[in-house]
Order: sequence, then structure tokens, then C-alpha cells
Amino acid sequence: MIAVLIRDMRLAMRAGGGFGLGLAFFLIVVVLVPFGVGPQTALLGKIAPGILWVGALLACLLSLDRIFALDFEDGSLDLLATAPVPLEGVVAMKALAHWLTTGLPLTIAAPFLGVLLNMPQAGYGWLVVTLAVGTPALSFIGTFGAALTVGLKRGGLLLSLLVLPLYVPTLIFGAEALRLGAEGFDNVTPLLMLAGITAGVIALLPFVAAATIRINLR
Amino acid sequence: MALFGADVLGYLGDMELMNVTNLACARGGVAVLEGVGFSLAAGQVLLLRGPNGIGKTTLLRTLAGLQPALEGDVQVAPDAITYGAHADGLKSTLTVTENLEFWAQVYGVTDIAPALQAFNLEELADRAAHNLSAGQKRRLGLARLLVTGRKIWALDEPTVSLDVASVALFADAVRSHCAAGGAALIATHIDLGLEADVLDLTGNKAGPRNLAGFDEAFE
Repeated sequence: MIAVLIRDMRLAMRAGGGFGLGLAFFLIVVVLVPFGVGPQTALLGKIAPGILWVGALLACLLSLDRIFALDFEDGSLDLLATAPVPLEGVVAMKALAHWLTTGLPLTIAAPFLGVLLNMPQAGYGWLVVTLAVGTPALSFIGTFGAALTVGLKRGGLLLSLLVLPLYVPTLIFGAEALRLGAEGFDNVTPLLMLAGITAGVIALLPFVAAATIRINLR
Repeated sequence: MALFGADVLGYLGDMELMNVTNLACARGGVAVLEGVGFSLAAGQVLLLRGPNGIGKTTLLRTLAGLQPALEGDVQVAPDAITYGAHADGLKSTLTVTENLEFWAQVYGVTDIAPALQAFNLEELADRAAHNLSAGQKRRLGLARLLVTGRKIWALDEPTVSLDVASVALFADAVRSHCAAGGAALIATHIDLGLEADVLDLTGNKAGPRNLAGFDEAFE
């Protein structure tokens, strides 16, 4: 299963692999928002947690349809499904690879982009914490969505429509934990809810996604 | 890992690797084959023949465990079959070695040199797969079979885009695989020059039957 992770990481790093796509999109969103809002630093600081979380979420969404579509097209998915590794493990590794190439870079880059949005100083630590806790959930939910739409031509639109509502709880608790933290309030409850969502989807969704793929491969 | 229906029963003889009785399979919700029965012994090559659309690919996918059978029995040891599809499952940005090493790791095999040698890929080892010709890609796809260590090769049109010399390489690989106690099930239209038995599926075309409707996939 480690082999699957290494292969996916390697593919993402090679030309055309899509590494950096999410990061570039995140950068563009965050750079453009201050221009759109205008020179109102107080307002920017207030909306910064929400903007950063929405940006990270959309950046994650951008690369989801590649998770299984490419493997399906070149026949690797058939071969992986008949290989002596559990498909659940393959799915989990693919989700992990997606997080390592999308969620993790976003988490690391976010504090630097927070400066552009005039984020309150107390928020920087919480920004990293909430994204680190929340983005794995985005990758695992997205992998499930990708499994549902594998084999569909132009499944990207359907994938976005299916996944966005599932992303909403993560977004609400993530942005809320960040906002409360940035304003200096106690944010333990939304943070625990966020961690609970992440732990739950990591435990459950690989099994659901693997079952979905088996049906889609028939 | 067999995903569906491949029950391991105690009926396999000493030399038998696979025994199929009265198998029916469907594609796209329509039954295509029925009453398929054969057995495969160690060292045997069985060629599947039949016109386009008769269901050779469907049969191979069913045996590989990618889809459930409508009816019938497949007796085969778990983890005995490796499936070689129309598509080679290659990653175009990885090199020949990286592609092969990945599958070797998945199947727990360490040495890929014999596979490279058998399909004459040594000179191409460091090339990215997208720089290979169609025939070279096919050879790499076939070399994957050698790193699986599986007994039964279920191959779907393995010789597409291969030249005469490469077909001979492939036939040699099948021969040595069978000599080592393996077996092969090959859907093909050309003459491979192998000592082989032929299973003609023309007579197994399924008649009309009532299949479960819309919810078939979820049963």
C-alpha cells in the first residue's frame, strides 16, 4: 500500500501531475479578495477567516476528479482492484496522497497569505491548526465523491455538486474555530467538532469509496 | 483478491488450477454468455475464440473477479488469477522501470530484471512511458504479468500492436510460464504458434432472459 502512496506522490510531482494547482488557485483567490473588497483593513480582518477557509476548500475541490479518473482511463484501476492489496487501503492511500499534495501545502502557505487579508495576530496559529485538522476531511470526502463519479465522462461537475454539500460541516466548524480563535475567544467546541468530522470520515469513507468503485467497475 | 463469487471448493484436481461450470455473465445489464464450462490445468493454454461482441472480455472480467457471475460456479484458488486488459495500466510520466517496480511492489515481488529481459525492455528501462511506441507500451504491459507471480494469466487480446518478433517473445513468455506450472487463458484472434486448446464461445451466446432491472448494481 505504501507503493500506491509513493506512486501517487511521484505522479503528482511529475509534469502535468497537478501538484501546485490547488496552491496557485488558493493564492489567486486570496490575492484578489483585497482588491475586490477595497482598502478597508478592519473589514478584511473580519472576513479573513472565512475567505481563507473557503479558498482552501475550493482549492481542494479543484484536483479531486483526478484522483481516480486517470487510473480509470489507463486501466490501472481494474488492475489495482484485482491486485493483492485491499481496495480500501488503495483508496485511503490515494486520499492521503491527495492531502499531502493539496491540503498540506495549503496549510503551510496559509499564514503567509493571511497577511494579505490583515488577519488578527492571534489567528495565525489557529489558521494552521484548523487547516491541519480540517483539510484531511476535505481530501477523504472528496475521494469518496471521486469514487462515485469514476467512469463518468465529464464527471467533474457532478462531483462538485455531490461533494460541496458534504464539505459544508467542515467549512462551518473550521471557519468558526478560526474566527473565535482569531478574536481571542474559546474555540474548543468547534475545533473538537472539526476533529470529530475528520476522524469519522477517515475511518468510514475508504470502505464506502471502495465499495462504490467495485460497483462502478462492473 | 477475488472480489466476487469465486468460491474455493474442494473439487479441484491435482493438476487443475481452475474449473468453470455452467457460467453465465452479463454486460451492461444484458446476458451475453451462458453455459460456459471448462477446466484449466497447470501447463495448459486455453484460447478463447468467438466473434466480436460474443463476450470474451466479459468472461475474462468475470473470472478476474471484477464483476459477479449471473449463475454458475468458478472454482479457483484465491489470488491465482492476474488479469491483462485491453488497457495496459501504464502511467505515462513514470519510466519503464518505475511502472514495473510499482506493480512488483504491489504483488510483493522484488526482482523486475527477468521481466525486463523477457520482453526486451532493458534498453528502454529509463524511458518515460509516454515516449514509448504502442508496441513497446504493450510489451511493458505484458511484462507486468511476470512480476505478479500469479499462476493463471487471463489475457484480453495481448498481441494488439505487437510486431512479429514481439509476438514470438510473448509466446516464449507464455511457454516458460506454463512450463513452470502456470496456465494461460487468452482471448485472441491471431495464431500465436502455441500448443493450445481452443474454447469457441460462439455456441454459448445467451438467449434473452429477464434480468433484475434498474437496481441490479446494488444487489
